[in-house]
Amino acid sequence: MAGRIIDWIDQRFPLTKFIKHELTEYPTPRNLSYWWNFGSLAGIVLVIQIVSGIFLAMHYKPDALMAFDSVEHIMRNVNYGWLIRYMHSTGASAFFIVIYIHMARTLFYGSYRAPRELMWWTGQVLLLMLMATAFMGYLLPWGQMSYWGAQVITSLFGATPFIGDDVVRWLRGDFVVGDATLTRFFALHYLFPFLIVGMVVIHLVALHMVKSSNPSGINLADKDNIPFHPYYTIKDLFGFGVFFIVFAYFVFYSPNTFIEADNYEPANPLKTPPHIVPEWYFLPFYAILRAIPDLLGGVVAMGVSVVIFALMPFLDRSRIPGGAKYRPIYRVMFVLFVIDILVLSYVGLKPPSGSLVIVGQVATFVYFSLFTLLPFISRWEERWLRKKGLPPEVEELIRQEEEEAAKRGRRA
Amino acid sequence: MSEHDSDSSNPESPERREFLGKVTGVVAGTGIAAATWPFISSMNPSTDVLSKATTEADISDIAPGQVHTVEWQGKPVFILHRTDQQIDKMRQSEGGKDPTADQKRVLEPNWLVVVGICTHLGCVPNRVDDGWLCPCHGSVYDNSGRILRGPAPRNLHVPPYQFVGENRLLIGQADPQRQRCERVDPDAAGDTFCVATNPNGKEV
Repeated sequence: MAGRIIDWIDQRFPLTKFIKHELTEYPTPRNLSYWWNFGSLAGIVLVIQIVSGIFLAMHYKPDALMAFDSVEHIMRNVNYGWLIRYMHSTGASAFFIVIYIHMARTLFYGSYRAPRELMWWTGQVLLLMLMATAFMGYLLPWGQMSYWGAQVITSLFGATPFIGDDVVRWLRGDFVVGDATLTRFFALHYLFPFLIVGMVVIHLVALHMVKSSNPSGINLADKDNIPFHPYYTIKDLFGFGVFFIVFAYFVFYSPNTFIEADNYEPANPLKTPPHIVPEWYFLPFYAILRAIPDLLGGVVAMGVSVVIFALMPFLDRSRIPGGAKYRPIYRVMFVLFVIDILVLSYVGLKPPSGSLVIVGQVATFVYFSLFTLLPFISRWEERWLRKKGLPPEVEELIRQEEEEAAKRGRRA
Repeated sequence: MSEHDSDSSNPESPERREFLGKVTGVVAGTGIAAATWPFISSMNPSTDVLSKATTEADISDIAPGQVHTVEWQGKPVFILHRTDQQIDKMRQSEGGKDPTADQKRVLEPNWLVVVGICTHLGCVPNRVDDGWLCPCHGSVYDNSGRILRGPAPRNLHVPPYQFVGENRLLIGQADPQRQRCERVDPDAAGDTFCVATNPNGKEV
């Protein structure tokens, strides 16, 4: 019976073909490490956020007079409302942790290099959409931090030359962040996740075209593969299990780790809290904003610091396979970059004072230097490594890769 | 080696794989089912809604023959102060398709308390001479809230209620001393429709 139903569908829709092509026969490198779990983890977090968000929206009221109380109503009156809200608030942080690790893996192993540039760029768009969604969602509880965070971030657009004030007023729909801002942020916060789902589909279609990269950096696309199902479905499921243990710890035992205490005070447009900080996942960019002692300069630097990742396929000119694994200099740069991000986060967390300002400026300088020096360093590193003598197998791989690239170029 | 092929302690054995696969499925299924529960539960009435369980109504200014409508759990409740003629007339019949003695539907014969929601599809019936008429599909109820004609299957629901002090009515909570569940209406599937009796347990 089941077979007949599937036959009936297959004559009208490529169900079996799709499952074969994308799952049971989809070739995946056999050497993927656990760093390759974070893509599917991002997917499961997206599902958690959409489901918990839809159920929160059933009880939440996007009205400046009711928003704060409706969140407390969810926490106190709605059955399991506390659980759903803490899943959603913890899920936001989980999303960024997973995405940042996903990006760090891509940077470390050079997965952004040809032919995966579009994966990297669609991922970059996903990051921007995620940031926008998180930022708008953060306004909805209508606490002091929500309010002043939104006030500060919308003010950034005031740096737009000539029409800055008009842009800010247009964004807010009011002279300050107000009821109009809240309702539009709610509408867009509900819309964006579905745009993200669409972008994820594009990201995955691109992935299934170019196939996964792998820790060796060697292109295995046609060679040493195993089917995605069952090998990587089970590995991804195991990753989900580990993730859910950590996630559940925060949801059940420490849900307020990611919520500022000030946000339990209702928004007050007449009083800014003594020290406002953005959510932890914006801290490095916030530190860069503050490091530049000029409004427009700071805003531009912050914007560039987020989108500069997109240039990586052009900035990294080395042809040595395997990302940082086989490239000692690039590896040092990677570690330096991670440390720099942590320093910037710390600076962003603390009030700007004395020596921390200098530290923030130095870290900002290092941040941009690493990107701007990469084209020269990566070229020099490749020459140095090849002069020192690469194993003949690696030289052979580079030659093969160049042939592949030439073939792609001819086809284009 | 070959003699161990079907031994389930051998990691290569197909039975072992199949078993592990099934266990994985069951654990995942249970986990998903458990995770679904809070979401389903969150759609049930929240505690602030449930706390609207009772309504107190002042009935001192309802003249004989007059109806007052009060809100109980968001629903309209009709309180009809019945005249002696109306009581007499109601006692002479058993109603329509859901026959019930008038005595079983009231605590005090001159006070009828019913939920004003048509048992057909949930509209609020309008007051007409000698009863109620539902504007949606034309169900007709008498002065005991019993269905006479039309598509509605059951009589208007009698909520739990009690008289507190002089002229005050508490809707939503029956007095265990003054009212006991004589029988549960079999037609009111799952609904604890308790039929009123007088203090000493005898039908009025």
